[in-house]
Formats: sequence, structure tokens, C-alpha cells
Amino acid sequence: MWIALTQSMGLPISRRTSWQLVLLILAALAILFLPTFVTAAPPTERTYRIEARSFEYAPPTIKVNQGDRLTLELASTDVVHGLYIDGYDLNVVADPGQTAKLTFIANQSGSFRFRCSVTCGALHPFMIGKLEVGTNWLWWQAVGFAVLAVVVVFIRPFGFMKPEGS
Amino acid sequence: MTRYEITPLLQPLLKNRLPQFIIQAIALGGFVFAIIAGLVGTPVGNHNFSIVFVWIGWWALLMLIAVPLFGRAWCSVCPIPLAGEWMQHGALLKPGGKGFGLNLRWHNKFRNIWLQNISFALVALFSAVVLTQPNITSIVLIAFLFVAFAASLIFERRAFCRYLCPVGGFIGLYSQVAPIEVRVKDSAVCAAHTEKSCYIGNAEGYGCPWQVYPGGLSKNTYCGTCMECLRTCPHDNVAIQIRPLGDDLLKPHGRKLDEAFKAFIMLGSAMTYSAVMLGSWGQLKAAAYAVGTSAWALYAITFLVFIFGALPASFFIATSFNRKSFINFAYALIPLGLLAWIAFSLSFVFANASYLLPAISDPFGWGWNLFGTVNFKWTPFLTQVTPTLQVAALIIGLAWSSQVAIQIGEQIKARAQGVIAFCFVITLGMLWLLVG
Repeated sequence: MWIALTQSMGLPISRRTSWQLVLLILAALAILFLPTFVTAAPPTERTYRIEARSFEYAPPTIKVNQGDRLTLELASTDVVHGLYIDGYDLNVVADPGQTAKLTFIANQSGSFRFRCSVTCGALHPFMIGKLEVGTNWLWWQAVGFAVLAVVVVFIRPFGFMKPEGS
Repeated sequence: MTRYEITPLLQPLLKNRLPQFIIQAIALGGFVFAIIAGLVGTPVGNHNFSIVFVWIGWWALLMLIAVPLFGRAWCSVCPIPLAGEWMQHGALLKPGGKGFGLNLRWHNKFRNIWLQNISFALVALFSAVVLTQPNITSIVLIAFLFVAFAASLIFERRAFCRYLCPVGGFIGLYSQVAPIEVRVKDSAVCAAHTEKSCYIGNAEGYGCPWQVYPGGLSKNTYCGTCMECLRTCPHDNVAIQIRPLGDDLLKPHGRKLDEAFKAFIMLGSAMTYSAVMLGSWGQLKAAAYAVGTSAWALYAITFLVFIFGALPASFFIATSFNRKSFINFAYALIPLGLLAWIAFSLSFVFANASYLLPAISDPFGWGWNLFGTVNFKWTPFLTQVTPTLQVAALIIGLAWSSQVAIQIGEQIKARAQGVIAFCFVITLGMLWLLVG
């Protein structure tokens, strides 16, 4: 059916190439939908204290499970610092010597940068930390697609990838 | 390969010097304004026009649009060499003035991009300071202006752009990927044209400022797209063409060690910048920023060893310790390098682009509100999709570089597996730094 379909579209694809394409598409779909078939660890309640100072967070990385109810206690040890979480679009600001709290459900899995949201000095735009929620599927999908990209280049299923004149 | 000539559409615009001059004048005005803002404005980088417009606005335009799509288009309007060039020509527009300068030939020994490799590495060493301190940005910009002017005073044509500019070096490298080129239509016409006015110049325009003979031009690397040859050619034999992406990468002649090293320097710098600026390692940021301390010295040595030693050495192993393979295959790293810079820039630019609006209303950070945008709050854009875009950029870069590696391997009869493995490891490294 696949060969008939490609031929009806006027694509000069051989039987072998057709199978390669089918396998590649299946592999790509498997990589894309892999996270759907994996169950996450049960959610729990967690509290982390993050100390902010120019120009770093301590600890720099926070790890939680997907679905956890997370409370971040941001404490600034020098000037006013903020903490904005990419992807979650959440923000909290702490004055020096004060602690500010941010509570939310970590419902999206992945690795999210958090960054200072209040101008705090020269390296302010680069004051960055990391929130890891559950499995970072984007990273694993990226690795899968990187492997697939190399496989595609080696088997060259598409005409434009073949050397001229072949 | 198929090419589409677009000269007829653009010729009236490009043969006339005025449109280019107007853009150059605006760029020069912005450049001088950035210098002034850096010197007299607030020391807070993200509220100062110099930092925000140079390292966020200009950088975004350059790396996300200009270089990938238009190659060296920036060089055609760059304000840095203008003062020196006007002095050399003795005119702002058409030839006819009495120029001034020694017009010495650039020494043969330095007719390569090694000095550009070194100048880029030097700027990169201080990047954490240059990118964040307005007065240092101004000093660097003034240094560019001064060196460009001095080069025009001493040497012929655009010696600074061709042999010294740290930005021009990597724009030239990555312009090989761009889908646009300036080439002659029929080389036989050039061969029969004894005057070579494209190189010597005539009443209509100047001889190629980039010291390139357009009749022999086959790669974008050293074509500054200044359009002088379009003006000087009496036979209308110069064309601007749309072409397949990355067309220059598969041209086997003219591959050189200095350009090969540029590919490593750029790839290694993209990785280093991603680690320093987008990573969560505070000590690394502090070391890169604390110029003159032992921590910075360690950072500087590590960076230099990485870009000039470790990366090329790993690649030398990947190319089976063969010098010819090393140089040829290095050109396969160009797509991955460009897309690594795009991936890095996406995060950096989207997170900080909102500083542009307040900075345009209050360029010096003095409390002005010229356009009513000074209170626009910092708003990171597209943080939901940026990691996915970065992954897409890097995977495209890997596939593209691997494809080019195989094609180069077929040209030089060498195996490309080691090169593809190298690209794979670099891609994983960048992915880990950006979305890991």
C-alpha cells in the first residue's frame, strides 16, 4: 500500500527505500510519544530554601517529581533578587535579609531555567538556576532525534541527499 | 545547481549609492550613540543603550537573521570602517576625491584569518565583562573604530575588515551557508575584459575594497557584498543570486587551516558561552567576570586550550591524524557551529529582548521617558517553546553537518564516520548545556 501510495504521488521510491522511510517515521513517532507511556512517581509536598546572591543561586539545581506541590523559599543574602521560572511563568522577589515564598504544583515535566527577575548587578542577565521536574523528556527526545538524524544521513532515503550523478 | 538571479529587482537600488549610504549613516549614528551611552550613561548594563542595543538587538539581528539568510550583508552596512574608507577615498560617495593614506600592501604572511582568529579569542576572553559593562563595551567599540581607521591610513582598501575584524571573521565563515551570493554571470566576459575595472575601479565605483577579484569569486567568505563590482562592471556581468543553502561548503578548492581553526574557535566559543552565561554554575560566571584574578586566568587558559587545543586535537583523532582530512572535514562543522550559535542566541535574546523598550526611551538610564516605554517591565518571551526551538536547531545542525561530512568524504576519498561521531558528541554537549 505504501509503495502504491508513493507511486501514485509520482515519487520514484524503491521498495527498500519505502521500508526505510516507514521505519524512520515509526522511530520518530516512538521518540515523540515515548513520554506518554511512562508513569511518573507519586506526587508529594516539598519545600526548598534557595539562597540568592550575586550572581548565583544555592543550590543551583532543584529536583522534584512531576505533580509535586513545591514551595520555594527565596532568601536574598545581599541585594534584591528575583526568581522567574521559565515555562511556568512564575515570579517571586526577595528583599535582602527577607524570605519570599512561592508555592505551585510542578505539573510540567522537564528541565526549566530560573533566572533573576530584578536587576541586581553586572551579571544579572546570567544569574540562572535550574528546576528539574521528573524526567527531562525533551533531553531524551533530543538524544533520540540526534541518533535518528545520523541514521538518516547514513542511509540517505531522500534523493537530494545522494551524491550528484548517482 | 539551480540559482535564481535577483539582480534585476535590486539593481536600481544597489547601483545608486544613496540607499546604502543612508543605512550606513544610520548605523554609524547608532554606533557613536552606543559609545556615548556606554561612557556617560548608567553603569547598569540592562538599562544602558550600549549593552541592550549592541549585545541584544544587534546580536539578535546578526545571528538569527542576517548571517544565516544574507551572509555578509551586515558588512555592507557596517559603520566601523567608514571613517577610514572615506579618508582613503577622499569622498563620501562616488569616486573622484583626492584620497589620503599610505596604501601599503598587506604583508603576504598575514593574508589569512589567523589574526581574526586571535582577535576574536581575545574579545571572547573578556566577554563576561564586555557584554555586561557599558563603559567596557564602549572602549571595545572605540578600539574597533581606531584600529579600522589606522588600518585604512596605513594599508590599501579594507585591510581591517579583511584581516583583523573579530566579527568579520566568523561572519565570513558562516556566510558560506547563506542562500545568497554575488557572482559573475559569465566568467568568459571577465576573462576578455582586460581593464578589470571591478578590481581596479573606475568612475562608477571603487576597486573591490575586500581585495577580491570578482571574476574568480567562488565562495562568500571574503565577499563583503559592498556592491562595488556591480557598479564598476561595464558589462553588467555581476549578479546577486539565490542559491541552495550551504553551497560553498562543498567547493573543494581554497580550504585552509586558518579557516578550519575558525570553525573550532566558533564551535568551542558557543559551548563555552552556553556554559558560562546560560549555565547554573555561579563560580564559573564569577571566574569569567573577575578579569585579572587567578580564577579568571584559569578560566582563560581553559578556554584557550579548549578552542585551540582540545577541540582541534579531538577532531584530528576523528580524522585519522590526516592533515588533509582535518582541513577539509572542518568545513563540515560550519552548519553545526552556526546552528549552535543560533540555539545559544535564542535563549539569550528571548529572555532579554524586553530590555530594548525601556532602553530606547531612556538610553542613558537617566530617568527619561522619550517614547513612553520606560516602565515596560522585564518580560521573558517564548520561554515555553525556546528549549524545543533550540533542540530543533541543534538536530538540524547535526544532520546538516553529517550530510556535508559525507559529501566532503566522497570528494577527498576519506571516511566521514569519525567526523559524524565528533559532531554527535558536540551536539549532545550543546543539548546538555541548553536543555539538559
